[in-house]
Amino acid sequence: MGIYLPIAEMSVNAFVLLAMGAAVGFLSGMFGVGGGFLITPLLIFYNIPPAIAVATGANQVIASSFSGALAHLKRGTLDFKLGFVLLGGGIFGSTLGAYVFALLRRVGQLDLFISLLYVALLGTVGGLMLVESLNALRATRGGQPSGQKRSGQHNWIHKLPLKMRFRASKLFVSVIPVLAIGAVIGFLASIMGVGGGFIMVPALIYLLRVPTNVVVGTSLFHITFTAAYTTLIHATANQTVDVVLALLLMVGGVAGAQYGAQIGQKLRGEQLRALLAMLVLAVALRLAFDLFVRPEHLYSITNIGIAGES
Amino acid sequence: MGIRFVQCATTFCFGLLALSGANAQAVNPESIQIGLSTDEVYLTADFSGADLTIFGAIENIDPLVARQHRYDVVVVLEGPSRDVTVRRKDRVLGMWINTRAESFVNVPISYSLATTRMPQDITDSLNYKRLSLGSDNIFLEPANRRQSPVTIQEFTDALRERMQATSLYATNLGGVQFLSQNLFRATLKLAPSVPVGTHRARAYLFKNGQFVKESSAQLAILKSGFEQWIYRSAKQNGFLYGVFAVVLAIAVGWLGRIVFRRD
Repeated sequence: MGIYLPIAEMSVNAFVLLAMGAAVGFLSGMFGVGGGFLITPLLIFYNIPPAIAVATGANQVIASSFSGALAHLKRGTLDFKLGFVLLGGGIFGSTLGAYVFALLRRVGQLDLFISLLYVALLGTVGGLMLVESLNALRATRGGQPSGQKRSGQHNWIHKLPLKMRFRASKLFVSVIPVLAIGAVIGFLASIMGVGGGFIMVPALIYLLRVPTNVVVGTSLFHITFTAAYTTLIHATANQTVDVVLALLLMVGGVAGAQYGAQIGQKLRGEQLRALLAMLVLAVALRLAFDLFVRPEHLYSITNIGIAGES
Repeated sequence: MGIRFVQCATTFCFGLLALSGANAQAVNPESIQIGLSTDEVYLTADFSGADLTIFGAIENIDPLVARQHRYDVVVVLEGPSRDVTVRRKDRVLGMWINTRAESFVNVPISYSLATTRMPQDITDSLNYKRLSLGSDNIFLEPANRRQSPVTIQEFTDALRERMQATSLYATNLGGVQFLSQNLFRATLKLAPSVPVGTHRARAYLFKNGQFVKESSAQLAILKSGFEQWIYRSAKQNGFLYGVFAVVLAIAVGWLGRIVFRRD
């Protein structure tokens, strides 16, 4: 069934987009990532102009992460307090990121910078998570209890001042690293046009040692807001949000997110982390492939705009 | 358009009667008229490409030439033009990144062509080039004319090749059919991603391999009411549109939770 997108100005197949939304929504609900790092490349692959793919992807992420966050709220695996502190840093980082985004676009190497950032971040995060979770899995199989929260083993982060108690996360930690994590993720997210869940999840697990099940819900909560903020910025500054496209993706996405959250609940923390690590690595490899392998077409065309209309 | 054709035909009626001498064509050369089945095409939500039919007539035909099928027609539908940039990737430190770029002005975003037969059987390449006819011959104007000719040629070729690879540049060989000796019908494809704006249809008449005359008509491609409304809201009230998009997403997320909840 063909459907015409008013902002992208093209006709697309509605079922392909519904399926795309459902698949990404499923992974989103399962891992607590917004799915922006999956949906944006998929849309570009489907010939949607990149600027519209980034902005509309953010809009879609709101729906699936909100839907997923509701599911976690019901189960009590959402730490509001932690979420709000992260958000405080996040808004600051996003604003800074939007400024750097405009700066890079003027210099003309935005695409390269974003690709490198994706490959480096996804590669590092995915690689580290995979190694850790595989070790944890092996340890569990060996009969040792998988103690994610090893008491007594504190890193330097836990020595900082301004401590705050996060009850739902069973955490007593300084607000400085929490704000910093929020800011760094907000910064990267707005440059990359994603919610930042794939960095948030490992950062909360490994740096703050938040239990995996709480991480997913809290991350989804945080992403809902950062994605909403990104959508507003894109809609105001670039007019590149296509609501028809977003609606198609959302409908598939929210359905997928509920099923994903259910499956995620059945998996153990280290299994979940291993799977997310593999997904993140796969995307990193795909992007690295584009960067390092000779492209099929050396030349590409960018529309500047309608002649005579500025 | 049919009416206009009849009017024209009567105007030239006297001339037709005089058409007996060998030098008559010099006095009354053939001309061509076209009319579109519609002046406006609306892109509705279910638009997934369409066929556009263009009718036309040749006036003052030479019956002898017509019987030998030596009249040929090429019809082109050229979309609105935009300024585009062509970027070239090169290998830098092992990575393929955009290095050089050239901009071009007024490049037609779509170009759909229909002919009576194979292009090389209609006329020679020199004529096509002179008329800028066909996607191989459209004139592509570089923004920076002082760039070296070699570079301009390289990027012009690349732009042409990339545009031809899209579904917006289409050729329909045999898409123009004669319904009678002087009436013809051209079928052109409108791609699903056909650009919005004013398109220009041009018909070129060839006689014995020589270009005789051309005629043109306009076609407006517009978004239909709802699509236009969304588009206008997004452009004019960006912030409110953004708020709407966010609220919509929250609503869909909430509804989705109720409808699809699994726990």
